[in-house]
Amino acid sequence: MIENLNKVFESRVRLGIMSILMVNEWVEFKTLKELLKVTDGNLASHLGALEKKHLIEINKEFVGKKPRTTYKTTLEGKVLFNKHLEALEALIKKGE
Amino acid sequence: MVVLTKKEQLQELSEIRSLMERSSRFISLSGMSGISTGISAIIGALIAYWRISIYSHKDGGIYIDSVNTLMWELIIIASVVFIVAVCVAIFFTIKESKKQGQSIFDKSSQQLITNLLIPLVTGGAFCIILIYNNMLWMVAPSTLIFYGLALINASKFTLDNIKYLGFCEIILGLLNGIWMSAGNGLLFWSIGFGLLHIIYGVFMHFKYNKG
Repeated sequence: MIENLNKVFESRVRLGIMSILMVNEWVEFKTLKELLKVTDGNLASHLGALEKKHLIEINKEFVGKKPRTTYKTTLEGKVLFNKHLEALEALIKKGE
Repeated sequence: MVVLTKKEQLQELSEIRSLMERSSRFISLSGMSGISTGISAIIGALIAYWRISIYSHKDGGIYIDSVNTLMWELIIIASVVFIVAVCVAIFFTIKESKKQGQSIFDKSSQQLITNLLIPLVTGGAFCIILIYNNMLWMVAPSTLIFYGLALINASKFTLDNIKYLGFCEIILGLLNGIWMSAGNGLLFWSIGFGLLHIIYGVFMHFKYNKG
């Protein structure tokens, strides 16, 4: 079980990003920033790391003249995050 | 690999749960909104009952002539109660959202309002059609049933247990349809919009305001 604990998610921000994207489809950068209370740079670097591993998808579009970036999890991201959560829960149960 | 203590792991899990909730549901409804809505509904029902009994005591001829005015009076009472109840509920919701740090107009509250309004507006239009066709006795059960459907529809975007209030409203509306006799509409209406709201509000207040 413990091998399912994924190193990619070993950051509060990444854990937070994945949690939000698990229950919402296409979330804006601004919304993520407000919910997680982190700086632009910090959030962007974590989002970049998750995208590099193909755990999230990025969509860039223009609304009028303003660029808008939205994010969503890939199927792979969902599977890995669920496994990570299960491993976390199992660890806690074992410790009881 | 970083080894987390059990306390940290638990904290991590509860953070995940809270983020999932806050990002997808509008959870700033407070027990007080429910209680205040229920009280407004009961006061409204009492005023309506008083007006109906005054009209009923008038002698036959006048009573028949004045049924139309009574109907308008009841419609006005219902509208005023509705507006007061919505305003008071919004007031308590804003207060609660400030406490929870959730914005009153984010994506989740928009989804909540949209999903609440679709069955509600349909029900409202349907009731106007019923009144237009002089099927007044059908109005009370219809409002209860449509309101229940609206709550169940909206429960995906707010506190999940609001769907149980929805089921109760639907059952009550159907029962009202079975036991339909003069005056029953007002009774069922007061139970559905008054009593049930108060019970649900008290339950919520104790469940979420404990800590």
